[in-house]
Amino acid sequence: MKKIALNGAGLLVALFAAFPVYWMISTSLKPSREIFSSTPQPVPTHPTLAHYREILTGNLIPGVSFADFFLNSALVAVATVVLSGLVALLAATAVARFRFKLRTSFLIMLLVVQMIPLEALVIPLFLMIQRLGLYNTLPSLILTYLGFSLPFAVWMLRGFVAAVPKELEEAAAIDGASRAQIFRRILFPLVAPGLVATSIFSFITAWNELIFALTFINDQNRYTLPVAMTFFFGRDDTNWGPVMAASTLFTLPVIIFFLLVQRRMVSGLVAGAVKG
Amino acid sequence: MSLLLKGAEAAAARETPARRRRPVDRLPYLLLLPALAIIGVLLLWPLGQVVAMSFYRLNSVRQLRGDREWPWVGLGNYADILSDPFFLTVLRNTVLFAAANVLLTMVLGTLVGLLLNRLGRKMATFVASCVMLAWATPALTGTIVWKWIFDDTSGLVTWLFNALPDGLSNALFGRSDWTGYGWFNSPLLFFAILTLVVVWHSFPFIAVSVLAGLKSVPSELHEAARVDGAGPWRAFWKITFPLLRPVFGILIVLSTIWDFKVFTQQFVLAGGTQDRPTFMLSIYSYAEAFSPPPKYGLGAAIAVILTLILLVVTGFYVRMVLRQEDES
Repeated sequence: MKKIALNGAGLLVALFAAFPVYWMISTSLKPSREIFSSTPQPVPTHPTLAHYREILTGNLIPGVSFADFFLNSALVAVATVVLSGLVALLAATAVARFRFKLRTSFLIMLLVVQMIPLEALVIPLFLMIQRLGLYNTLPSLILTYLGFSLPFAVWMLRGFVAAVPKELEEAAAIDGASRAQIFRRILFPLVAPGLVATSIFSFITAWNELIFALTFINDQNRYTLPVAMTFFFGRDDTNWGPVMAASTLFTLPVIIFFLLVQRRMVSGLVAGAVKG
Repeated sequence: MSLLLKGAEAAAARETPARRRRPVDRLPYLLLLPALAIIGVLLLWPLGQVVAMSFYRLNSVRQLRGDREWPWVGLGNYADILSDPFFLTVLRNTVLFAAANVLLTMVLGTLVGLLLNRLGRKMATFVASCVMLAWATPALTGTIVWKWIFDDTSGLVTWLFNALPDGLSNALFGRSDWTGYGWFNSPLLFFAILTLVVVWHSFPFIAVSVLAGLKSVPSELHEAARVDGAGPWRAFWKITFPLLRPVFGILIVLSTIWDFKVFTQQFVLAGGTQDRPTFMLSIYSYAEAFSPPPKYGLGAAIAVILTLILLVVTGFYVRMVLRQEDES
């Protein structure tokens, strides 16, 4: 009896959590007359890819196609990932491998800057971007997202670097390997899985971001996907089929990446609070 | 690989690995340099800059580019904001919204965490996977879907209310035809839906964290409590809660910080920055600065107020994390 109640509650939670995602995909596969009928169909009775075809072949905003926005977003996200991964790896190595005077201060700073409300930085960063002449360029976004993703990336990578047994490096040093060699041939291969996990978080940060992209880019050709979607969907009569198709295409990479790394997210955020 | 093995053997051969002593090692500082530069230029400098900007009257992009003077107004922007009764509305919206959302997120997240801990393995995996979906969905598309669910003609909720027996619907709400009903028109209803969206996005993190914490509580404690005849309510408050107190502390602080600065969900749900009655601090700051006519100085002052509020909360957070690093 109790078991049934528990499982029932579990099903309710699962329904509440997953339903919007299901509804997004399901709507994207329904023909328009099914979407706009007065009685909603729980499952697509006549599944169709018409909305996807419309999104992928037509223009999302007059003159610019979904693929263009997708490329802009991918470009920004990948550049952010590469830069942030590289810089974070160096900093994480310093923090995890060396004891030096400012180490604790640096760690505290990492925690504190993660709490800076990024929304409060739109105005000063807009000023900086204007001054640097980067307004209306994709590098303005890469730079911004690099700053946003770096603190968490260092914080997370620190654990991965610390997990590599120090003895391996010390032994290599005894064998006469230089510090650069040790970094390249021992530390880097062993930390690589952690680097992948960290990169995914930077990717999601950059991929999902809306406010700064909305503010720093003026030219429709350079919109990232989130910005394009707010315009595409903000029209008076929302055509939900194509909107849901575009939403699905935008969401799926994030969900796949996210599921690959979600366990590390918890340990990164509640650092130290949960003892393994 | 052979290099690694050889290295490991060599390390094992010596009891204490020889470490060369260096007076001051500059390498760690070199490694930190790029990260420090980026954090400094892209996060700390702008944080100072936003404070500086809040003391000037900045009403055009040309001032930002440096083509025109920056007239100093001291605390003028703050005086303008604080003397405007609208600020009180915004502050009230922000605080009430954050409080309601933190409370609901924590309660729902904790309940789901406890539930996941009690379910059988297969069921727990299934429910946890579904919960992950809500977490993984980007704020933007998650909100768009909820907006579709609340669409005034073909939305699921509109259909659901239309499906109510007319008599019941009339007695409860004074209307039976819900087609064309603007779910987002009254501020209260707007905030209710925004709360639904934000809680939906944020309870998974709480649930998973609480679950991780529960896994670290020795199960003997719960068995002992059960033997002693403690009900689930008592067992939670007497055993689980005290043991997980640090986890709850951090989760509450993190939720508070996140819910104080909700932006994307509100921006998408309200369809931009025109819906003034539902403004909260972050969107208010953005709208003042960027909707024409631009008022960058005023927007900066609002951003500073938001930051100051969050600074207090962050102080708690850092103290909590540091205390736990000491303990472990």
